[in-house]
Amino acid sequence: MAEMDKRELIARRVAQEFEDDTVVNLGIGLPTLCVQYIPENIHVMLHSENGFIAFGPTPQPGEEDWSIVNPAGEMVTFIEGTSCFDSILSYGIIRGGHLAATVLGAFEVAENGDLANWMVPGKRVSGTGGAMDLVVGAKRVIVAMEHTSKGGEPRILKRCTLPLTAVGVVKLIVTDMAVIEVTDKGLVLKEVASGVTPEQVQAATEATLTVDPNLKTISV
Amino acid sequence: MAKIISMDEAVSLVKEGMSVMVGGFVACGTPPGLIDGLAEKNVKNLTIITNDAAKPGLGVGKLQDNGQIKKFIGSFIGQNLSIGEQWQAGTLEVELYPQGSFVEKIRCAGYGLGGILTPTGVGTKMAEGKQEITVNGKRYLLETPLSADIALIRAEKADRFGNLTYKHSARNFNTAMVTAAKTTIVEVDEIVDQIEPDQVVTPGVFVKYIVLAKGGK
Repeated sequence: MAEMDKRELIARRVAQEFEDDTVVNLGIGLPTLCVQYIPENIHVMLHSENGFIAFGPTPQPGEEDWSIVNPAGEMVTFIEGTSCFDSILSYGIIRGGHLAATVLGAFEVAENGDLANWMVPGKRVSGTGGAMDLVVGAKRVIVAMEHTSKGGEPRILKRCTLPLTAVGVVKLIVTDMAVIEVTDKGLVLKEVASGVTPEQVQAATEATLTVDPNLKTISV
Repeated sequence: MAKIISMDEAVSLVKEGMSVMVGGFVACGTPPGLIDGLAEKNVKNLTIITNDAAKPGLGVGKLQDNGQIKKFIGSFIGQNLSIGEQWQAGTLEVELYPQGSFVEKIRCAGYGLGGILTPTGVGTKMAEGKQEITVNGKRYLLETPLSADIALIRAEKADRFGNLTYKHSARNFNTAMVTAAKTTIVEVDEIVDQIEPDQVVTPGVFVKYIVLAKGGK
């Protein structure tokens, strides 16, 4: 599967997880792609941790406003229902459990839901920004990532090897190969991508997967 | 009552070796005239307390370009690679916190609190050296207050009492930092007679000096 197809598949599948009339926070990169695939009958408002809820796409030329930017510093637009607030309140929303979900990328996820997505020892450290708060505060943490590393190594592990972002927080993992739920009894393989077998998913996963009796094919 | 001063007077209040809070998120909400003035005067050995390091040539990135930063305290270095490089080389001190903990540490200093308990960072490297406290069976980290000698704030409007309003996402860390430093300087786009009481976001009690931004009215 081509590079773009993998990312689009993941984004389309994650977009099915959003519930109507909720506020969610999407990480930079692949998670942000999900926005364009949210079903029309599902109304989701996006939280931007630098200080607002409900925003729209890049402004038209001539409509740019220096004071309306996303956490990456890119200009966005305010839409119907937008509210502005400071960082104190923004993190109150996050830690206080007022976000229905957050979607983030990961380097590694462990079978108990441990997440590592901020630091690779020996490589450049840039800080965690809002990630650590988002994953302990949001009601549901969804990881959107490619199933294996660029070198083909598993990233869904028994134990994370990289420094953790948080302990036991991930609830769902959506990859280009599978949809995996993190449960009290370990990882459950819920869906496989078209043309992929459960055995192939297990071979690309270090942690042990339990195959759901109602295993489905990812439909996007 | 807040005092309206010139940009030159404002910049001269920042002395070598001071700890300086700077509002903003990737420079949105960072007072541009005060940063330009500091860069021009080349005030050295500053401890800069700000969310992120913006980019070279942008916001506090200008102070980094000039080698004016001795220590950086924030949540994210981001796209300013030289800070990370100098940190690894041992020529620049860096302290990083989760973003929500960073703003709460500042709020604690301004609000007279001894610290806050947050679940963020429990079981991670961010917990190293911090006290862990269990309340009703849940684990929290104690995050302690973070204050500064001076805070450089950007607001949209100030009135003659120092009451402030902010613009859109430029509010971010400004409302916390304005409370947490010994001296506060606010750069505004507009000075008005009086802001409607219900519209005031930051009351003037926190504001010592006001400067008008370039092109402001």
